[in-house]
Amino acid sequence: MTVQEGLVIATAVDAPQPPRPRRARFSLGSWLLPVYTALALIFLLIPIAYTFVFSFNNSLKSNISWRGFTLDNWTNVCNAQDVCAAFGNSILIGVVATVVATALGTAIAIALVRYRFRFRSAISLLLFLPMATPEVVLGAGLASEFLGAGVQKGIGTIIIAHIMFCISFVVVTVKARVSSLDPALEEAGRDLYGSPAQVFWRITFPLLLPGIIAAALLSFALSFDDFIITSFNSGPTTTFPKFVYISAARGIPAEANVIASAVFLLAIVLVISQQVTAASRRKRLSRVG
Amino acid sequence: MATGAFAEAGADLELVGVHKRFPGFTAIEDLSLTIPAGSFFALLGPSGCGKTTTLRLVAGLEEATAGRILIGGKDVTDTKPFQRPVNTVFQSYALFPHMSIIENVAFGLRRRKIADATAKAHEALSLVELDHLATRRPSQLSGGQQQRVALARAIVNRPALLLLDEPLGALDLKLRRQMQLELKSIQEEVGLTFLHVTHDQEEAMTMADTVAVMNKGQIEQLGAPEVLYELPRTAFVANFLGQSNLFTGPVADTTADSISVNIAGSKIVVPKARAKRHSGQVTVGVRPEKLSLHVTAPEEAAGTNILGPGRVIDVSFSGVSSQYIVAVPGLGSIIVFAQNMGAGPIAPEGAETWVSWRVEHGFGLEDEASAAPRFTADDDTATIAEQKKHALMTELEEA
Amino acid sequence: MAFSAFATGTAREQVPRRKSRVALLLLMPGILYLVLFFLVPLVSLVITSLQAPSTFGDVGSYQTAFDWNNYVVSITQYGDQIVRSFFYAVLATVFALLFSYPLAYFIGVTARRWPLLQNLMLVLVIAPFFISFLLRTLAWKSLLSDESGFVTGLKALSLLAPDAHVTGTPVAVVFGLTYNFIPFMTLPLYAALERLDTQYLEAGSDLYARPSTVFRKVTIPLSMPGIVSGVLLTFIPAAGDYVNASREFLGGTGTAMMGNVIESNFLILLNYPAAASLSIILMVVILAIVTVYVRRSGTEDLL
Repeated sequence: MTVQEGLVIATAVDAPQPPRPRRARFSLGSWLLPVYTALALIFLLIPIAYTFVFSFNNSLKSNISWRGFTLDNWTNVCNAQDVCAAFGNSILIGVVATVVATALGTAIAIALVRYRFRFRSAISLLLFLPMATPEVVLGAGLASEFLGAGVQKGIGTIIIAHIMFCISFVVVTVKARVSSLDPALEEAGRDLYGSPAQVFWRITFPLLLPGIIAAALLSFALSFDDFIITSFNSGPTTTFPKFVYISAARGIPAEANVIASAVFLLAIVLVISQQVTAASRRKRLSRVG
Repeated sequence: MATGAFAEAGADLELVGVHKRFPGFTAIEDLSLTIPAGSFFALLGPSGCGKTTTLRLVAGLEEATAGRILIGGKDVTDTKPFQRPVNTVFQSYALFPHMSIIENVAFGLRRRKIADATAKAHEALSLVELDHLATRRPSQLSGGQQQRVALARAIVNRPALLLLDEPLGALDLKLRRQMQLELKSIQEEVGLTFLHVTHDQEEAMTMADTVAVMNKGQIEQLGAPEVLYELPRTAFVANFLGQSNLFTGPVADTTADSISVNIAGSKIVVPKARAKRHSGQVTVGVRPEKLSLHVTAPEEAAGTNILGPGRVIDVSFSGVSSQYIVAVPGLGSIIVFAQNMGAGPIAPEGAETWVSWRVEHGFGLEDEASAAPRFTADDDTATIAEQKKHALMTELEEA
Repeated sequence: MAFSAFATGTAREQVPRRKSRVALLLLMPGILYLVLFFLVPLVSLVITSLQAPSTFGDVGSYQTAFDWNNYVVSITQYGDQIVRSFFYAVLATVFALLFSYPLAYFIGVTARRWPLLQNLMLVLVIAPFFISFLLRTLAWKSLLSDESGFVTGLKALSLLAPDAHVTGTPVAVVFGLTYNFIPFMTLPLYAALERLDTQYLEAGSDLYARPSTVFRKVTIPLSMPGIVSGVLLTFIPAAGDYVNASREFLGGTGTAMMGNVIESNFLILLNYPAAASLSIILMVVILAIVTVYVRRSGTEDLL
């Protein structure tokens, strides 16, 4: 050991300091990382802010340059041709697709976790593939099937398509919840004289509900925002994203920004209120415990 | 049938030739067992011995591959769990997290449409002294409180048979001892038949009237805790239930009431009544606390077995007693427990010592000699290597 | 004994059958649905891709054939777009990964002490999901247009040639792809990093690893599952996307990707065999890449 090394060790022992590597890690991360994170988050929000701001634009036909503040777009959303009809279609499609996909996907998720059966890996693959397939392929495939079968495209075919791509996401979301469910809870229900139906509705279902709700919200969001698959299978029907796409060439009316901003605000309020209730529940629990 | 009335009292449980095979392995092989009504019965064994599977078969949570299960003389083999007069206290407690404590306890009563479910649930909660927490959620309770709620939720149904699946496993030692006593007193109070599964031998011996030691899907020995401890039938029981010093050798001499076994030149006498085999290779044993440690050679006397001289190779102090390990040439290690009556160890490490015990404290096992443990401790690498080599050579010879 | 063995023997045979009946009941509707509207369409796509124009038919009328030549035609005719698709997708994935990793690390590891802040930042990351994908992209189109403050600013600083554009270039398309799929990268990375036990990092520094070594040898390997799923979730939709590259959005004349070609062939030119064969090529290449990538990185349980 050299004198210098000895000195370093002696001073290190004398003055209790965090070990060097750790100090180095924090000195670098202590300002760089938070600043980067803040900038990155702002970057992610730029187009949202733009869309929101331009929903108040006193625009004429197209909504590209700023022409002054107005609330007219918000008060008379349905002024713009077709935008409300398209929005209504999107809501209808989203609700129907969500309900069906959630029911089908939840059943599959329960079966996957709780039962042993043959062709298990084939079924897992079948559930994984739609998520690994580009939307354009899903859309073109369904469209060619409808073409071959001579099915008239419209709102029905859009719903069929949306259910298809939502199922896998529901399975993934609910499956996580089913796997985290202690099987002993259901066994306890059976042990305490619950018939299979009673055990399902009084124990399994309430415990899976948060996962099912999350899956339903995800499905709705996917369906509501889908454009690519819809465009292949919509025929004459217009959804909100399709409306935006068609109008893109000749200019988007500000009313579209209004609808998008309103949906955004609603979603954010939902998410934040859910976070707040979860946090307050945690707080209450920790206080009692 | 479960609906309507409570069980009048505990019921007998009878297992007849039960087998349980899972894909790939057999959990239980030809298990027959009778548990009398009103008793506290413990199934004791290491993990994977089939004890929990046995419990789940009785609860109806698994279905037997073969054999019959009878509760109170009635065949329940083909009935569903909710049709059996049986309740379980689960290892994880399995309290429903989305229901309050009182809803949890009343759950079984409500399913069976029993009148005054809430009042009866409160009564059961009072029995475990938790009625003041009735409106809480399970997550707001401590582990010990959750355990008591799980117990209340089961006994409120007055099952003919209460199954306990290592319910104390998650508790710390102090709470565990306290809960053991509470469980025992509740069992005496309600008079139900308890079937308790555990891997904790001390717990089984403190609580149960009858203990069954399970190993590899079969019951090795069944009896009162004292009998099992005093007269283990197999090497497995002798070592799982407490510790034992075991020696194997040929029977050299037989008298009217005792056998004498030749162990590496020394003669060890065991009463015939305490030995399961009286000829050929025999494994005999003695509990460490029955041994006396001597620093000078003790005088040979009738009624006493003496081994030695050997050397103390390890002393570990544990408060009331100390454990000495004595290495005797040709015999391996002998474990001795001695009370710390004086100050300091009886014999320091390295000291030359002899061990002795009274003939009536020894026991002889039923195991085939080959299945019995070796003379030496089998946990050092040299011994393991030797055993591996031996096993390999036998295999080669057979091939 | 013989009787009971026989009796339970039959009982045992009943049990799995009953259970599998429940499983079948649960699985059947959903699986049937996916077979009908996912698997059959893929088969139909393969059949369509081999069709030949009807002998006396109109435009858009085809008959079943085994015209493998469609694939040759597609590849030679649209080779540029095929290569471009995967090139853009790879670039967007790499940029998204570089952008997201520090972000996910800060949210998942550094911000652990402040759960409220952590949740707020997560909400901000997924916030773009809540506004229409198309409007987001159009917003960037406006923000990057020649009249925008950003572009005029760059030109004033001479960082951009006076006659240059941002929109309509490959840069804008890759930028748009990166932006739109950043949340797909950040979320899985966050999920993996959030589970990371910081004691591993401390153990690493305790065992004489410098911060950069800890990051390379401990943090990255432990967050590998997140990296794998983030990369897949970004790459797959990016390769098939046609909104960003379309001329009405961020693209221009020389930026068309496979998605654009498939769309125009299917919906405008009514050249179904060409669209189908391109779809199959896209699907096969993506599946091949996914398989190799997943094998290489050793995480096979994505579902």
